Amino acid sequence: MSTRLATGGRLLNKGKQLRFSFNGKQFTGFEGDTLASALLANDQLMMGRSFKYHRPRGPVASGAEEPNALVNLGKGGQFEPNQRATTTELFNGLTCESQNHWPSLEFDVGAVNNYMTRFFPAGFYYKTFMFPRAAWKHVFEPIVRQSAGLGKVPKDRDADSYEHFYAFVDVVIVGGGVAGLQAAKAAGLSGAKVLLMEQTAHWGGRSMVDGGEVDGQPVSDYVDALVAELEAMENVTLRNRMMGAGVYDHGYVLGYERTRDHTPNAKGPRHRLWRIRAKQIVTATGAIERPLSFAGNDIPGVMLASAIRDYVVDYGVSIGDRTVVVTNNDDAYRTAIAIKQAGLEVPVILDARAGGGGALADAARALGIRVENGKGIAKVKGGKRVTSVAICAQAGEGAVLEEIKCDAVAMSGGWSPVVHLWSHCGGKLTWDDAQAHFRPDPSRPPTSHDGEAFVLVAGSANGYLDLAQGVKDAHEAGKAAAKAAGFTATRKAAPKAAESPEAAMEPVWLMPQGAGPELRIKTWLDYQNDVKVSDVRLAAQEGYESVEHTKRYTTLGMASDQGKLSNINGLATLAGQLNAPIPAVGTTTFRPPYTPISMGSIAGEARGEVFQPLRRTPIHEWHEEQKAFFEPVGHWRRPYCYPRKGESHAEAVKREILQTRNSVGMLDASTLGKIIVKGPDAGKFLDMLYTNMMSNLKPGRCRYGLMCNENGFLMDDGVVARIDENTFLCHTTTGGAEHIHGWMEDWLQCEWWDWQVFTANVTEQYAQIAIVGPNARKVLEKLGGDMDISKEGLTFMGWKDGKIGDFDARAYRISFSGELSYEIAVPASQGRAFWDAILEAGEEFGIMPYGTEALHVMRAEKGFIMIGDETDGTVIPQDLNMQWAISKKKEDFLGKRAQTRPHMASPERWKLVGLETVDGSVIPDGAYAIASGENANGQRNTQGRVTSTYYSPTLDRGIAMGLVYHGPDRMGEVIEFNKVDGGTVEAKIVDPVFYDKDGEKQNV
Amino acid sequence: MLTLQCPYCGVWAEETELHAEGEAHLKRFGPGSDDEAFEAYLFMRENPKGVHFERWRHSNGCGKFFHAARSTTTLEVFGTYPAQTLEPPQEIKDKISAKYPGWSWREFA
Amino acid sequence: MSNVVSALNGVSRSGIAVVEETGLRGMVTVRGDLASKAMGKALKDVIGAGVPEVRQISSGDKGAVAWMSPDELLVICDHGAADEVVAALNAALAGAHVLVVNVSDARAVFKVSGQSARDVIAKVAPVDLAPEAFEVGMMRRTRFAQVPAAFWMNANESFEVICFRSVAQYVFDLLAVASAEGSEVGFFN
Repeated sequence: MSTRLATGGRLLNKGKQLRFSFNGKQFTGFEGDTLASALLANDQLMMGRSFKYHRPRGPVASGAEEPNALVNLGKGGQFEPNQRATTTELFNGLTCESQNHWPSLEFDVGAVNNYMTRFFPAGFYYKTFMFPRAAWKHVFEPIVRQSAGLGKVPKDRDADSYEHFYAFVDVVIVGGGVAGLQAAKAAGLSGAKVLLMEQTAHWGGRSMVDGGEVDGQPVSDYVDALVAELEAMENVTLRNRMMGAGVYDHGYVLGYERTRDHTPNAKGPRHRLWRIRAKQIVTATGAIERPLSFAGNDIPGVMLASAIRDYVVDYGVSIGDRTVVVTNNDDAYRTAIAIKQAGLEVPVILDARAGGGGALADAARALGIRVENGKGIAKVKGGKRVTSVAICAQAGEGAVLEEIKCDAVAMSGGWSPVVHLWSHCGGKLTWDDAQAHFRPDPSRPPTSHDGEAFVLVAGSANGYLDLAQGVKDAHEAGKAAAKAAGFTATRKAAPKAAESPEAAMEPVWLMPQGAGPELRIKTWLDYQNDVKVSDVRLAAQEGYESVEHTKRYTTLGMASDQGKLSNINGLATLAGQLNAPIPAVGTTTFRPPYTPISMGSIAGEARGEVFQPLRRTPIHEWHEEQKAFFEPVGHWRRPYCYPRKGESHAEAVKREILQTRNSVGMLDASTLGKIIVKGPDAGKFLDMLYTNMMSNLKPGRCRYGLMCNENGFLMDDGVVARIDENTFLCHTTTGGAEHIHGWMEDWLQCEWWDWQVFTANVTEQYAQIAIVGPNARKVLEKLGGDMDISKEGLTFMGWKDGKIGDFDARAYRISFSGELSYEIAVPASQGRAFWDAILEAGEEFGIMPYGTEALHVMRAEKGFIMIGDETDGTVIPQDLNMQWAISKKKEDFLGKRAQTRPHMASPERWKLVGLETVDGSVIPDGAYAIASGENANGQRNTQGRVTSTYYSPTLDRGIAMGLVYHGPDRMGEVIEFNKVDGGTVEAKIVDPVFYDKDGEKQNV
Repeated sequence: MLTLQCPYCGVWAEETELHAEGEAHLKRFGPGSDDEAFEAYLFMRENPKGVHFERWRHSNGCGKFFHAARSTTTLEVFGTYPAQTLEPPQEIKDKISAKYPGWSWREFA
Repeated sequence: MSNVVSALNGVSRSGIAVVEETGLRGMVTVRGDLASKAMGKALKDVIGAGVPEVRQISSGDKGAVAWMSPDELLVICDHGAADEVVAALNAALAGAHVLVVNVSDARAVFKVSGQSARDVIAKVAPVDLAPEAFEVGMMRRTRFAQVPAAFWMNANESFEVICFRSVAQYVFDLLAVASAEGSEVGFFN
């Protein structure tokens, strides 16, 4: 039985009872409990089942390293799987369920795997699901998927909110144990800005349980005073419930703050991810106790000695009435003493060391506890909980000397410093033979932007397991961090703590050391993923010598706990099998985060309405009111068409086009890029940027231009207007505005920095509206104003400033549809009013707004190219027969040199033509023109492809443009395009200008 | 995630304020250049393990392009400097030499 | 003009800070030689403010001048005065190589104020908002989550934020989320 003790429970507020449920059963606990301690207090030792064999699992640990006690926590929008019971603070109304079993925790069908253990060795999946090939998809994968994964996937939208926070400090200290607190004080006294974070809700760490004296007072009193002192320091910030999740380049630290997990109904974000820049980082992350490898070490009731001590001292919970302690070091004696002092039995302490322990062992004996040196556990017996242990000589092969009844086993295989944060950004480790663990190698630290070390380690994370040494080390680390951050370190001496000499630990990687196969196959390394000593040995035998390969082959350390308990034991097992020293085998890579962090915290505010910025024009609201169908263009949302009631999109597009061609339409063209280029060298500059000549453009006139990159490929196009002698306004494509502005700045800043040119991106200063169609002028005339927009007053490819109606307008007489067309720019603040005014003035002509699809179709009817349709980053202007837009006079322009490369100048390139289907249908998007024969890969040869293809309402037939081999020389020839369903469609090669070939309509 | 100091506005900008703009100190070859020189200008890059010179733009900031000298292995930054130069400043070259005696990068050493 | 509107019509939201669109503001981009005497004089004459130091904002009786880059300033004035400011600066700088352009409508302006205003900004911008690091008179161009933005403090506990007009709704929503009730960080006080 695990139960609540009458006394003890340092962290509990017994005055406040909390109700919670586990698998539908109602339980109570106290404020201050973790979910694990509360379940244990209710004798709910079994909390889940393992991943592979579905073995019963109870908690092994009391903190972040816990591999077993994972639950599906919460309900609905607050449901989250794989939550560690040991780090979940209990709150009133908590509901949770155990994981990885069916139909119930007590009776699990999947546990049959357990009896098949011999048939599921390491690499089972790789070896088994190989043949027949087809079986993977239809048999194996569906079954594996069914049984894969630990918790359930959340089904509802996350009801909580999350956020990021950027903080800049001199020194970050991770870990609020006595070492972290001491380091914070030492650093803080220098005046440095210090941020100390602690993952639990409590300060002091292990020292609060383990005891000891600092500066002549009990360590818990010392910690309390230290916390009070730090809280009073203005330059020090203490945050608990905040984990140092990762350390990254240049002093970047992620702090994962669980602000509301313990009070889920309070207002505010559930988690806050701190994105911190620190000059120096001190990791005072403590150490984690290692399990011992003996048969049956995974049976519920077998726990880390320190965890059993924590449950007794912190939560007043006993795991069992009779606890056998097994150890290779002195620390576990503290557990035996704590249990005994709580009034419970310790039938025996099995100390694997032949020489036994030191002063703590004497203290245990003095309490009347039996201590057996040189002994270990041959086997733990029990099913869903421990019933007894069989004792053997550690030196032997497991012959049973005695069987002792017990209901809990406290094991200690020594301590491993938590080196994760040191290692995240490249800190190297050194093997400490005396303590049989890896600790940070101070001579090989992670380095920052200045080439200097930026991470320090303090206390037991640094291998100083003794309180006195740890406090001293932390004080020095705090001072060193402040100094490295540019402050004068305090001259205050480190506090003095009483040393408590302990007998040396002795590494025990297998218990008993000569355990045979029968025992090894029941000896667990990784509890969550079910990796045993036998699996790692098998991997080594099969040739997996690299620890990284062994990890992946056996899945050791790949569970959600990332091997916090299993890695060193597994590594030692591998090293033993390879007959290599442990440091020669090395560790796997430590990667952030230290423990899993929520997806919500990573997303931060980026969800719902602010998932991604949507760019809106000044007229966007109107489009929304009209229920326009939008399409994304970059981050803009542009109306694709404006369907009326009962109308399909195709019908809407057709209506919009016909009305525009026959009377007048209007388009919100505000998204088009607009860049001002000004200066004495502006003309010269634009001559370099565009393939055609811009410097000879007259003020008041517009010219269409092409821009290529240095590879010669067409990059952007648009109309350039010359405003005055020194000033041009360059229109770009909607998607190209920021890029082209950056492109201009790049050349001006980095290549021609002596040219006198300034640019400004004024895209959003204007709402730009195109008024298009035979009645366009009449609409503008009706609006009035002081601008002469008559045929002669504003000729094709001219522009003018003035008033249209009341509006401050710049009118460009340009056309992307072939119709009489004006594009009018007004200040964005007047955009919506101007739009409304046009609508009103155009009413008598039946003016209709049209969307991007009508725009596309109308330009295709005219054979105008569209960047992104006719171009794809491999097309040069010559491919599009646009030699007319490439100046022959200019010595140089961007892309000119590339266009003379042999492949660019080749007559074999596919060139632009118009395509008319023989049957009038529409060629599918992206269709290829097929040619006879096959290529080396057995694919049909091709001779061209479609770049734009539409139904043309104006011509009532399918029209297309495409790039075709020798296309312009093959006018009238019929070629075949493939269709999605496998058939082909015949199309005749024609001139790409389908409508108004002579351009008469735009010149009226 | 890197931080680089923009030499124009002085901000120690984290990478999210910046935009990487490829290798620094490319010499442009235009019309009339031979194929080999033009190919090298367009396509051939150092991509070194170690000392490297790059272009960055303080795009979410003052908008200026600048140069950075850093190690691609240790991420040590030897310095940042304005774009209007054809070679790294001597001071930065000295700093690199102190750390990597005998280094070279294209024509610089 | 009667129907002149800002991007969000002066929307506001209050949580741990008050976030409000301030309405239309005159803004003029000035590019040129910031060190030239002519520039200093022109700004003094037209705005009453001097050329600000790097990453500073200076103010005068007719507006403020913010440092944007080594060759760019942003003049902030009344919305209705922007065209006159452009004309006046162009006249004062005649003959010099400068670009002066009205960009008032290209942007939206927000005010974020209250005790936790620093918290709110620090949730969305990778900038040190500690009182000793950022104070009245400073100007910072950066990003707000996923879009470019700039901000300065016009008083203690009060920030002005500018962003492009097309993303005004995004920035407002972002600031509203960042200033939600109960989300005080408490790092700066």
